This record gives sequence, C-alpha cells and structure tokens, in this order.
Amino acid sequence: MTNLKGFSRRGVLKGGLAGILATGVSPLIFSKGAYAQEFCNAPTGDTVTLGFVMPLTGAYADEGADQQRAFLLAVEHLNGEGDGGMIPTFSSKTLTGGGILGKKVVYVTGDDQTKPDAGRDTARRMIERDGAVMISGASSSGVAIAEQALCQEKGIIYMAGLTHSNDTTGKDKKRFGFRHFFNAYQSGIALGPILGDAYGKDRVAYHLTADYTWGWTQEESMIAATEALGWKTLPPVRTPVNAGDFSQYLTPVLNSGADVLVLNHYGFDGVNSITQAMQFGMRDKQVNGKDFQIVLPLVSDLMAKGAGEAIRGVYGTANWDWQLGDEASKAFTKSFGAKYGQPPSQIAQTSYAQVLLYADACERAGTFLPSAVIKALEDYEFDGLGNGPTTYRGSDHQCFKEVYAVKGKDAPANPFDLLEVVATASKESVTYDPAIFGGELGPDTAAAC
Amino acid sequence: MDAILAQLLNGLDKGGAYALIALGLTLVFGTLGVVNFAHGALFMLGAFCAVTLRQLITLETVVIDPEQLSAWGSPLEIRTPLAQTWFGDFGAVLVDYSVPLSIVLAIPTMLLIGIAMERGIIKHFYKRPHAEQILVTFGLAIVLQEVVKAIFGPNPISQPIPSAVRGAFDVGAMLGLAPGALTYPMWRLIYFLFSLGIIGAVFAFLRFTTFGMVVRAGMADRETVGLLGINIDRRFTIMFGIAAVVAGLAGVMYTPLLPPNYHQGMDFLVLSFVVVVVGGMGSLPGAVAAGFLLGILQSFASMSEVKQIIPGIDQIIIYLIAVVILLVRPRGLMGRRGMMES
Repeated sequence: MTNLKGFSRRGVLKGGLAGILATGVSPLIFSKGAYAQEFCNAPTGDTVTLGFVMPLTGAYADEGADQQRAFLLAVEHLNGEGDGGMIPTFSSKTLTGGGILGKKVVYVTGDDQTKPDAGRDTARRMIERDGAVMISGASSSGVAIAEQALCQEKGIIYMAGLTHSNDTTGKDKKRFGFRHFFNAYQSGIALGPILGDAYGKDRVAYHLTADYTWGWTQEESMIAATEALGWKTLPPVRTPVNAGDFSQYLTPVLNSGADVLVLNHYGFDGVNSITQAMQFGMRDKQVNGKDFQIVLPLVSDLMAKGAGEAIRGVYGTANWDWQLGDEASKAFTKSFGAKYGQPPSQIAQTSYAQVLLYADACERAGTFLPSAVIKALEDYEFDGLGNGPTTYRGSDHQCFKEVYAVKGKDAPANPFDLLEVVATASKESVTYDPAIFGGELGPDTAAAC
Repeated sequence: MDAILAQLLNGLDKGGAYALIALGLTLVFGTLGVVNFAHGALFMLGAFCAVTLRQLITLETVVIDPEQLSAWGSPLEIRTPLAQTWFGDFGAVLVDYSVPLSIVLAIPTMLLIGIAMERGIIKHFYKRPHAEQILVTFGLAIVLQEVVKAIFGPNPISQPIPSAVRGAFDVGAMLGLAPGALTYPMWRLIYFLFSLGIIGAVFAFLRFTTFGMVVRAGMADRETVGLLGINIDRRFTIMFGIAAVVAGLAGVMYTPLLPPNYHQGMDFLVLSFVVVVVGGMGSLPGAVAAGFLLGILQSFASMSEVKQIIPGIDQIIIYLIAVVILLVRPRGLMGRRGMMES
C-alpha cells in the first residue's frame, strides 16, 4: 500500500468535504433530490401520473362515462397513439406525442358518485397514494368546487371538467383551479335574446332548480337574463339532486299561471324532469293565451338522447357540439367516433381540451412545477380546440370563448343528430368583469402536500 | 281549487307506489315475523324484469356497411330490430307495450325469487332477533343490487310508456271543471288504478279464499293453526312469494315513471319502512292507508307556497310524521294494541 506522506484518511475526508462545501458543489448534489420534492408529487421516473375523477354513478353518471372516454383518448394522443385528435389542430405546437416533458402519461381513475365528499376523497387518494401531479374531472359544480379547494390545499393543479356554476371561477375560485367550460352567467347572455325572439317579452317563468351551487347560480343568471327581456318570474322551487320523480314539483306548475317552465336541472335529473313535464302534457297547453314552453338552459347531447322526443324544440346552451364545422371539432369527433362508435358530448370535449391544455402548459413552462404551470396558463390565448379563439383569463382562471345557443332538433337525421346550434354568442359578448362574482384566487404555493 | 285537486291526485299516485311496497313488507312481517330489508330490492328486481324483457325484444342485428359512412366518418352500422324482422308490425306493437307485457314475465320470476329467498336464507332466521334479520336481509339487498349493477350497469335505463297512453288525460272534464283545468299524465293514473287493483286483489285473496283465511289465522296465532295439522310454514312461504310479486309488479309498472337503476330499491326501502311504522307494524290496512297518506302529504309539502314558509319541508315531511307517530302513538295509525308499545 502506498503511504502518501502528510495525508491521512480522516484528513482527506475532512478536506474533501470542506472543499465540496466551499466550491458550492453541494447544492448541486443535494438539490437533485430536493428539487424533485419541492412540489407535490413531482414526477421522478419516466412517467407522469394524472388523476381523473368522474361521476360513474349518481345523477350525472352518463356524463361521467363520456368524460372517462375523453380522458383516456387524450392520454392516448399525448403518448403518440391513435390519430392525435385535436393535437394537430391545436394552435400550440408543443405536443408531439411524446408524453409530457418526455415522460409517458399514465393515469388513475375514480368515481365521485356525483357527490362532493366522495369526489374530494377520491381526489385525495389520488394525490396522497397514487402520486397524481394533476387532477381533472367532475361534472357537478358542487364536486368541482370541493376538489378544487382540496387541490389548492395540496398544491396540485386542478383542471375542472363540466362545472357551470358561476361560483367555480367566482367566489370559490382558486389559484390552482382552471375552468375551460362556460358558466351560467354566459348561458344567460347567450340564451336571453334567443328566448326573447322565440317567445316574446311578455312571459311568466316558473323555475325548478337543482338545490346546490350550480342550480342557484343558473337560476339567478336566467332570471336576470329573462327579466331584462320583460319576463316575470314566479318564486323558484328548489328540488333535491337525484330526486328521480319530479311529479310533485311539476304538478303545481300547471295551475301557477306560468307559461314557461325553466328547468335548472342537469344529467339524469334534467332527463327525468323534462320527460315527466312532457308526460304532464305541458307543451300541449295554452296559458295566458300563449303556447306553454319549456327551457333547459344547460343541455347536452347525452341528455337529449335520454330525453328522446321530449327535447325537440327545447332551447338551451352548450359549451360545444360535435356538429360544429371547424377543423378541430371535426378532428375530435372523427377520432372519438372511430374509437367509441358514437360522437363526443360537450363534457368529452371540455375534458379532452383540459388535459391537452395542462400538458401544453407544462411543455411551455418546461417543468411540472405548479407555480410555473399556473403562469403558463394564465392569460394564455389559444385556438384549435373546438371553440375558436380562447383566452384563459388570469384574474379568475375562466376560459372565454364562443358560447352556443342550441335547440332540440325536430327531425333528427340519425340517432346522434339531436341538437342544432341556433346562435353563437361571441367571445366578446360573454366576457364580463371578474369583480361581479368576487372571490380570491389565493397563493400559488401549497400549504402542504 | 284545481291546484289542490292536482296535488291530491299526485299524492295518490305517489302513495300507490308507497302502499304497494309497504303492503308486501307488512305481509312478510305479519306472517313470518321477519323484518325484510331486502324488500326494496324485490321492487328493483321487478323493475329489471321490465328492462330484461325490453332488451330481449329489442335485440338488433348489426351489419357494418363499408360503403356508407357515419356522421363522423366511420363505416356505418346498420341496426335492424329482430322483433320487427320476425313479426313485422306485431313486433313493433310488442316493443311498444313492453312494460305492461313484462307483468307476464315478472309474476313467475318474482314468485320464484321470493320463494327461493325465503327457503334459502330467511327461514334460517325466523327465531333469531330482529337485529340479525335486518342484517342478513340488508346484506342480501346489497348482493342483489350489486348483481344487477354488474349485469345492467350503474346507469338508469329508461322504459317507454306505450304510445296509446302517453300524454295527459283531462281529469277536470270528468269532474265538471273547465276543459284543461285539471290534466294528469295518463300513465300515472294507470299506475294509481293498478295499485288499487293489486291492493284489492291481495285483500280479496286473504279475505275470501280458504288459503287466505288460514294465513290470517296463522298471523293471529301461528302455533294453534300448526296444532290443527295445517302446514302453516308452507303457506307463509307462498305468502313471501306473493309479497315479492306485489313488490315486483309495483316495480315493473313504475319503470316508465322513473328509469330503474340498481340502487332504486334502497331509495324506496327507507320510505316504505317509514310507511309501515306510521301505518302500524303488521297492519295491512294501516300500510295501505299510511302509503296514500304520506304520498299526499309529501305532494302538498312540495308546493311552492308551502316551501316558502318552511324551506325543505318536502324532504323531511315523511320523517317528521314518523317521529310524531312514534312519540304519540308508537303502535302506528292502525297497529295492534301493544305492538311496539312495551
């Protein structure tokens, strides 16, 4: 063994350590692990996990099933499988089919049962056990708001699914939460003029309203829009979510003096209430010398399919329709139809778009770090995802884009040809001052993972 | 006045369903002394008899035509219903009337399910405490609903009203009111009349047949009837089957009003237990009367005028009545003296 004079083993170790510290190498050595852990569920391997929470049971289960199809399709396209869907039409060209930031996208799914507590529990499990770096989903605003609040606490990006309450990006908005779907206020702006033209300015409306945040804000927005036309509103009646049989709430409508019934119901509730209203013969009645009308302010293809003939001629609004003629919508519909044998619904489009928008934001930010992803999404302008030019407003994380007034088709050409777009409200016309709904986004740092 | 009459009609229609389920529940409790928490599941199974029959008679042949494209550009699937291919116009009538036709399927199916349930599981719990009966029947209900969920999926499956009886009937015109003043969905009126018919048939069976007389005697004093050499257990087993049929038929005819799902039985179970408690445990007339009474009260509580005074009353009225009854008259409206009062 060579004996180097003046060097002892202890001395070498001490000196080496001192040298490392002095030259500033130590931060590079230790920061690799530290950097990986500086935000919640930072991806460390060659995969990145996304968490998808959907209502697979409960009042909105039909929507949840379509949402799941869209999420899986989005993951497939991000990983370079299939025909790419809307990736080629998306204005941002960062997505190349190589996953996100070179990591293959994997996912976990869960059922929120259309209940806020179940949705929150499922999302928590995905964050704490499955290591999801982003949560997306919900087709109920109650669920979305609960999950969004959890994600704010945990420092996880939340890309909301179908949530239409003004509160999601209003009083309950969060820095970590983003909504692509439109809201009830925008429905009122889009639908008001159509209702005025179709049914006149002298109407009496009766509202049946789902008794939770979405129903309340839609009722408020529709009353504001229709009273601006000159309509009168009878005291609204709140109905429980998943009520099933609405007959006891529909019976009083017949003798109330109302000549328009506004159903602030969604999913199976909307299908049941409009079908049962038809069973009561409401559309055949004459009240105040006018034909009785029914309005379903938020309507989807899935609801139209469930309601069958009851939806014909009924006005509502939608975030998107598969029969829109733009290239992005056509590409998405083709891709979805080829895989699942049916066209996508509006919840599928918004969910798919949200996954792509998150992936793109990570690519543009060059990291999964939530604060950087948030910055990349705020005030981001994009196109090519089916709704025309769109802005993710930074002050409330609400997307601003076209909103569509739709009507149940009288003579469908095929089993999926159920709604027709009768008017398009421009992005500018549905843009509003974020201050009207209050709320605070909060910090872009998490309290705890 | 028209509004009150309409709400009363709605209460009777809702009450019909409650009364039918509570009647079966009371039959089981009165004969076998078993608190059957799987009774709601029998209602659900009946509803899925209608779903099954419709799925069978609407089976389609699917041919993919590569020459034609669907609206989204895929090869077109051409679907042809088998019933119409085989039976022509009669096939279309079968499809249209699938719900009432399901009664033919539901009666033997539910009778067999009821008897198998009683012989296979419930008979082993006759002498066990009510708590154990509740646990085993509740577990059975969960098993049944999970089986249905596995076969039919979690989502409701809508069933159509036959085209001849869709829309509303002008009840007001029959009562001398102005035309259109009081209209009500025809199928709901049919359901109400159907429930009255079933209730009447059960009461007539118990009242006017020898079998029914023996069952009533057994309900009053099981041991003495047994000592007379009558196999009362076999008759009670058949009564369990009949209770299952009553619940099943209630479920079949309810399908056009509310698309059935696997969880439907649980939704009705709690309500029907409250109905039985209010009517009086073991009292058949009490179950029927309480069913209609609670249906009517729930309907009136849903009126906007009432909800404005007490918000949410429509959700709690039935339970509120149950609390009051339990405090003031624990044996229920028509229960036997001493029942639940010791």
